[in-house]
Amino acid sequence: MMSIIWPILVIVVTVFGVLGVAAVSTMLERRLLGVFQDRPGPNRVGPFGLFQVIADAMKMLFKQDWIPPFADKPVFLIAPIIGFLAVLLCFGVVPITPIWSVAGNLNVGLLFIFGMLGLGVYSVVLAGWSSNNKYALLGGMRAAAQMISYEVFMGLSVMGVVMAAGSFSIRDIVDAQTNCWFIIPQFLGAVIFFLAGVAETHRLPFDFPEGENEIGAGFHTEYSGMKFGMFYLAEYAGVALSSALVTTLYLGGWHGPLLPPFLWFAIKVFLLICFYILLRAALPRPRYDQLMSFGWKVLLPLSLLNILVTGAVVLLRAGV
Amino acid sequence: MLGIIRTIWMTFLHMFHRNETVQYPDVKPYLSPRYRGRIVLTRDPGGEERCVACNLCAAACPVDCISLQKGEREGRWYPEFFQINFSRCIFCGFCEEACPTYAIQLTPDFEMSEYVRQNLVYEKEDLLISGPGKVHDYSFYNVSGLKIPGKNKGEAENEAKPVDIHALMP
Ligand code: SF4
Ligand code: SF4
Repeated sequence: MMSIIWPILVIVVTVFGVLGVAAVSTMLERRLLGVFQDRPGPNRVGPFGLFQVIADAMKMLFKQDWIPPFADKPVFLIAPIIGFLAVLLCFGVVPITPIWSVAGNLNVGLLFIFGMLGLGVYSVVLAGWSSNNKYALLGGMRAAAQMISYEVFMGLSVMGVVMAAGSFSIRDIVDAQTNCWFIIPQFLGAVIFFLAGVAETHRLPFDFPEGENEIGAGFHTEYSGMKFGMFYLAEYAGVALSSALVTTLYLGGWHGPLLPPFLWFAIKVFLLICFYILLRAALPRPRYDQLMSFGWKVLLPLSLLNILVTGAVVLLRAGV
Repeated sequence: MLGIIRTIWMTFLHMFHRNETVQYPDVKPYLSPRYRGRIVLTRDPGGEERCVACNLCAAACPVDCISLQKGEREGRWYPEFFQINFSRCIFCGFCEEACPTYAIQLTPDFEMSEYVRQNLVYEKEDLLISGPGKVHDYSFYNVSGLKIPGKNKGEAENEAKPVDIHALMP
């Protein structure tokens, strides 16, 4: 009996935990942006404005859910769901603590994550396509180009970690960092992975799919109500996912002295989310072609170099 | 590259700066007396309406939001109606500058939101206040040469007696 209940419990708690983190990080983002800009941010609803999350959720739920008559209805409906599910599924293979993970031991965990991130592109592209709106379509096109190319560097930069740990399972990768976090030997890979993560979640400063001053709201121009809410939540869940991935792949996951494993994981993820927000507050959006050429001309050679050096070192260690 | 990291660091340092925000409905900001907010029509020290319905304010207004109609009683002009459409007013203060009688004045009050747009059209009764506003001892008819009941030509402040153009004396 226990063997059935425990996994279900883990799944349910993880899903709701992720949703909660995504919802709270919308609030965290607004507060932190305020702090970075010398203003308090939303502080009216409840103590310290904490209930703002609830107020926002209510607003999303009760807003009119308008489907434009010119939209391609089934695709329009399904696009946000794909994006949302893809991000949620990714969390399944992220081990949070040694005992708490849905499928952290999956031996192709990293590949699964990249597959799901690849599916996430569909959500944005389909949303842009089905909206039948030129700005949405432009946003979708940009998203496709940006996310697909950055997925390449993301995958390549992670190869260093995979080689060093000798496994695709995220659990094994975390275990391989008991003595030394991978951010030290794999610093270059960590930076590339983080940058690619920013582009992958299309967060500022790489938020081209929704660059407000150029193409309206980009791919979600036509979305409203809860469907927009899903994109919104998926974006923040994506930020949390990207932070969790950096934590597990480069920052030693739950490893750390004194504090219990979960707390270490949570602290690392929290700090990374804060750093994401800091990036948003600090940096302006570059031009679209700059983003692409930065990716292909800088990140690609660097990540290949990273693989080359890591591979050489691993071979030398093995004493071939 | 270094610039980017420096930007991030400087933005981070702003965490430790003081908030600039004034928590508005709880803490009211100080507005100087010459702040350009809600418009009032003032009265002269004798308690009469200052406005002489000259229409200069309406002509000066860049958005044409003042409308008034001249009336006359006992030799004095006054506005029969005087409307300001605050949904168009841009609070530029040109009307105050144009007014020859200090009648129209802007006050440091900006809390005039309404749910119905029509309510933003203020009538004379809404605009007229009982005091002289920012200018305490100015009365247009006391300094102008116009003849009104109780004050003949040449009896205003600093006004010379009228010249008798039929007389031969210098
Ligand atoms: S403040 Fe400017 S816009 Fe408003 S009534 Fe006076 S002249 Fe017109
Ligand atoms: S408010 Fe002043 S400018 Fe306007 S009509 Fe009256 S006297 Fe003339």
